Amino acid sequence: MANNKVYLDFEKPIAELEAKLEEMIQMAKEKNTHSFDEAINSLKESIQKLKKETYSNLTPWQRVQLSRHPERPYTMDYIRALCEEFIELHGDRQVRDDKAIVGGFGRIGEQTIMFIGHQKGRNTKERQYRNFGMANPEGYRKALRLMRLAEKFDKPIVTLIDTPGAFPGMEAEERGQGEAIARNLREMFRIKVPIICIVIGEGASGGALGIAIGDRVYMLENTWYSVISPESCSSILWRSWDYKEQAAEALKLTAEDMLNNKLIDGIIPEPLGGAHQDPETTFQTVKEFILRDIETLKKEDTTQLLAARIDKFSRMGVFIENPA
Amino acid sequence: MSWFIRKEKNIQTPTEQKKEVPDGLWHKCGECKQVMLAADLRENAYTCLHCGFHERIGSKEYFELLFDGGVFTELNPNLESADPLQFVDSKPYPQRIKEAQAKTGLKDAVRTAYGKMNDIDIVIACMDFSFIGGSMGSVVGEKIARAIDFAREKRYPLLIISRSGGARMMEAGFSLMQMAKTSAKLALLDEAGVPYISLLTDPTTGGVTASFAMLGDFNIAEPQALIGFAGPRVIRETIGKDLPKGFQSSEFVLEHGFLDFIVDRKELKDQLTALLKMIWLS
Ligand SMILES: [Zn+2]
Repeated sequence: MANNKVYLDFEKPIAELEAKLEEMIQMAKEKNTHSFDEAINSLKESIQKLKKETYSNLTPWQRVQLSRHPERPYTMDYIRALCEEFIELHGDRQVRDDKAIVGGFGRIGEQTIMFIGHQKGRNTKERQYRNFGMANPEGYRKALRLMRLAEKFDKPIVTLIDTPGAFPGMEAEERGQGEAIARNLREMFRIKVPIICIVIGEGASGGALGIAIGDRVYMLENTWYSVISPESCSSILWRSWDYKEQAAEALKLTAEDMLNNKLIDGIIPEPLGGAHQDPETTFQTVKEFILRDIETLKKEDTTQLLAARIDKFSRMGVFIENPA
Repeated sequence: MSWFIRKEKNIQTPTEQKKEVPDGLWHKCGECKQVMLAADLRENAYTCLHCGFHERIGSKEYFELLFDGGVFTELNPNLESADPLQFVDSKPYPQRIKEAQAKTGLKDAVRTAYGKMNDIDIVIACMDFSFIGGSMGSVVGEKIARAIDFAREKRYPLLIISRSGGARMMEAGFSLMQMAKTSAKLALLDEAGVPYISLLTDPTTGGVTASFAMLGDFNIAEPQALIGFAGPRVIRETIGKDLPKGFQSSEFVLEHGFLDFIVDRKELKDQLTALLKMIWLS
């Protein structure tokens, strides 16, 4: 292939056409001719059509694949693109600095915002450094420390969620992974500044929820959010790794399903083919959502803000209540 | 053990609940394999007469052990699982629920109630592991949330007895959000200054550990219970080696600072009473 873009399995037909197009353009250049122009244009049209078809009929599993796309923007990419200034803050003040969760004060225009998010790595070395975006208890404790700082200085909080889960390691257990997440859940309900949460990639279970209690909870269009990954769900319920597609379907983990089930507040649209196809547009859209919501939420009375936050999550759930 | 009470007056649990041997069954200890009368096991708070092993019991047994004379009023007994995701794995979720209900005689994996414990008003929520592994779906989350609200409104201390494998996968996102819901309610209870004791029993893992079970003013556990966020199998697969003996046991969790104390079930009622008398009734 001429270009080194990463294509997912279901994008293969697009990849083939794009390779053909590139070949044709190259050839036209070499021969210095315009005789391919018509063919090139019609091929471009076909590609666009195929893309629209492909991306408007994505299966839940394909969304999961897109959410994990190696070129997808990560937390620091958003922070760099959105903020004119950013000061990263480290450490939980108890054990260490968890590299799987980053945070700090950033400035967009006049507005200072506390950004906190899971951070994945781009290459093998970085991925290990970031522990694949799987936080230890220190990560959740750092996040809570930073939220309290934001509260103290009356700055709104934006959390970016992108994790395959909280790290299931021995040390994580020794240092109270469950307690760290649980504490965040309870404390985020009483942080007295607006909190906006955005799932930008993977939202796996308690590891995601541990920084995802907010006044507005969004998912980007091609992300997933659920209690378990499709692979793990497949291995537990079907006792095999082969049913991940079915599991992805059954879990209703897409942004659309989560919104329909009133488990999130909205969906942030992505450019055709996913956030990585046009990161600049993605960043711009995310920025607009954030600034708009901060404007609205800032005006709310703190007591009401917290009451509404609690009330929203308290209404989540579906059950049958038979008359006594 | 650091809990003691000077035995001046005999504060004993009334002995009038003499249990007739109902079916004359024998019980074999799950740990030491010794045999004893089921009635004797019950008299011993379902702990082994020989080795002290704590058998896995459910809400029926705990309510009987803790509420005076076994008298209590159940809260929201009529909540049942719906099937919001129309979830089908090897069988449809509603069928799974019906089968669990038929097998256990329970509606779902938690029962909540209030009554008197040594004359102290108390709300108890107790999970039933026998119902789909004590997994937390909307019903579990909602019943616990309502029990917390009830405790706050009445200003009755709250005890939650956890015994759960974690999330109920068949409710996916709904299940996840029960962690948030119960934690939200506990924030309100905390602000109201009403005590919450969390008792973790074997096993307590996953989303239950990562929400209400770890949020007690007092986190206590039965001996040798498995307590963790990730299950041992997942950790083993992650690190690629066997876990040391006693890893994620109550004793291990106590040692690492996440429990206040471990309580033998035979002393549970008296210890809870002693604690509440010190902090709540004096
Ligand atoms: Zn025994």
